[in-house]
Amino acid sequence: MIEPNRQGEVWVFAEQEDGSLHDVVLELCGKARELADRLGVGVGAVLPGSKGAGLAKRLIAQGADKVYVVEHGGLAHYETLPYARVLCALIQKHRPQIVIYGATPLGRDLAPRVASEMRAGMTADCTDLEISDVTDPKTKTLHEKLLLQIRPAFGGNIIATIVNYDRWPQMATVREGVMPLLPPDARRQGEVIREEVEIDEVLLAVRLIQRHVEPRRVNLKGARVIVAGGGGVGSKENFRVIHEMAAAIGGAVGASRAAVDSGYIGKEHQIGQTGTTVRPALYIAAGISGAVQHRAGMEDSAKIIAINKDRQAPIFSVAHYGIVGDLNKVVPMMIKALKERK
Amino acid sequence: MPYDSIVCVKQVPDTANITAEAMKEDGTVNRAALPAIFNPEDLYALEVALDVKETRGGTVTAVTMGPPKAADVLRDCLYRGADRAILLTDRRAAASDTLATSYILSQAIRTVGRYDFVFCGRQAIDGDTAQVGPQCAEKLGIRQVTYLEELAGLADQTVRIRRNVGHGWELVEAQLPVLVTVLQTANKPRPPAAKRVLRFKRARVEAELAAEVQRDLPTAPEEERQAEEGRRAEALKQAGLLIEQWNLDDIHADLGRCGIAGSPTKVFRVQAIVLTKEGYTDIPPTEEGVGQLIHELVVDRTLG
Repeated sequence: MIEPNRQGEVWVFAEQEDGSLHDVVLELCGKARELADRLGVGVGAVLPGSKGAGLAKRLIAQGADKVYVVEHGGLAHYETLPYARVLCALIQKHRPQIVIYGATPLGRDLAPRVASEMRAGMTADCTDLEISDVTDPKTKTLHEKLLLQIRPAFGGNIIATIVNYDRWPQMATVREGVMPLLPPDARRQGEVIREEVEIDEVLLAVRLIQRHVEPRRVNLKGARVIVAGGGGVGSKENFRVIHEMAAAIGGAVGASRAAVDSGYIGKEHQIGQTGTTVRPALYIAAGISGAVQHRAGMEDSAKIIAINKDRQAPIFSVAHYGIVGDLNKVVPMMIKALKERK
Repeated sequence: MPYDSIVCVKQVPDTANITAEAMKEDGTVNRAALPAIFNPEDLYALEVALDVKETRGGTVTAVTMGPPKAADVLRDCLYRGADRAILLTDRRAAASDTLATSYILSQAIRTVGRYDFVFCGRQAIDGDTAQVGPQCAEKLGIRQVTYLEELAGLADQTVRIRRNVGHGWELVEAQLPVLVTVLQTANKPRPPAAKRVLRFKRARVEAELAAEVQRDLPTAPEEERQAEEGRRAEALKQAGLLIEQWNLDDIHADLGRCGIAGSPTKVFRVQAIVLTKEGYTDIPPTEEGVGQLIHELVVDRTLG
């Protein structure tokens, strides 16, 4: 447990694998930047590994002011205890006010262990983070500029906002793909700080024997928002707007069988009876007529927006919002509105 | 050689089959209207422990924290083959977050005493945090291996575990004791054994006996009821059917680390997601229409 430290930085745990940063880290840097600007403090990234210094530049370009590099042979592959040791040692030394981690399998293994050792709060799987003044309803005490940790709970049926009044650092894991990825700014300046952390042999007691990972695939199952295109998109070139909207909204790209069969996009994106079945919080179907095989794979989505030229298209029968119009006009309007959203 | 396992299990509301009827007028969830079930992933954790016991010998102890009704999941553990079951129940433990919960469970595990393994499901479906396992391991000062899909080898004091890391797997080796969280892809849990169901369906915790006596002798004076409770408890104990019931004092818990006082996270606000399907809204294909739609999605938190 550390004392609340109003000057403390906002930290991102820089998860890496085989020498490259996890995408969620880049997304988190942008969010950390936003939170830190609101608090008037700096952004720090913690980068443990066997050789991580090369990645510091990218973290700075994404918004970090300082990158704490910890290089040690015992950190070559992720193991819970040595990584937790590094995080706890640096948190005690620098007293950040916020630490955020990607809600990846690795992040969800590490973050609770660190929180337990720090006796700090930990909120899993956040879909948003904000800074706000909060009055404790019990004591009526006003706490200025706390981290609001917003997450779905109860099987996704409610949205809960969690705060830590006095037990700091305020920590959370954040789902992949929910924070927009900001373009890197290569001109940003930052500082690389080398830290030494002693790693006891005892901490290395879990040994990696063998490892088999596949290249990261499209994560349709885990996506909170899916933007899917169908045969109505018309061409592989036109499909670019689908990718652009997915990037703007922080979602995954899906497709109907017609789009896959026409070669607009790979089969791994296919949603429907023969593809993946999904139930995201929001499903946007653009140029998808909505054959029963497709609807079977997406009709349980919490909210469905259908965009189609044909008012009679069956996709409208499962949609909550329908936009009858040309997707090549409507989708760019949506991207614009997304970029302007507050 | 034999191995002793402790399995942490939880009774949870069945959030997967939530219906509009389970929502209160104000939009919050009515927990009481949902069936209480054995947290799905904990069944797979129990199966790993029972398999170790069957192939290597040793014992399986099931531990749960919850209200007296949570004895249901302990009986289920006994039906499937657990040797011992413990209910940790105490009003002072209410409103514990994951940090306080893991502290209480770790104290209960310490009180059980000797163990080689602690098995937990990866996460519970009411919170989906996956934090209690790793936090419990930290409190116990032991190693953790998350996301077990296969217990690939066990010799002397060394276990090999194949764990799922999302886009692949790792084979890791760890020294015992270790806390392991288990995925649903690990095995096929055995069903309750008929003979054990017959034997253990009468198993009770003391809190349940109290409620039963209250029901059976509603007008009896207090001391008579207590005497009856004592008689029933003793009879069950003789038959090996009294499920152990512990409170925070029994596990020497520091009360400052339990319940609300021990929980750094506080729920500040809860918003319901409307479950009933809304009607269809036609959005005009104009900048204004589309902008209004995006704004609505931001306001209702569909978009972060």
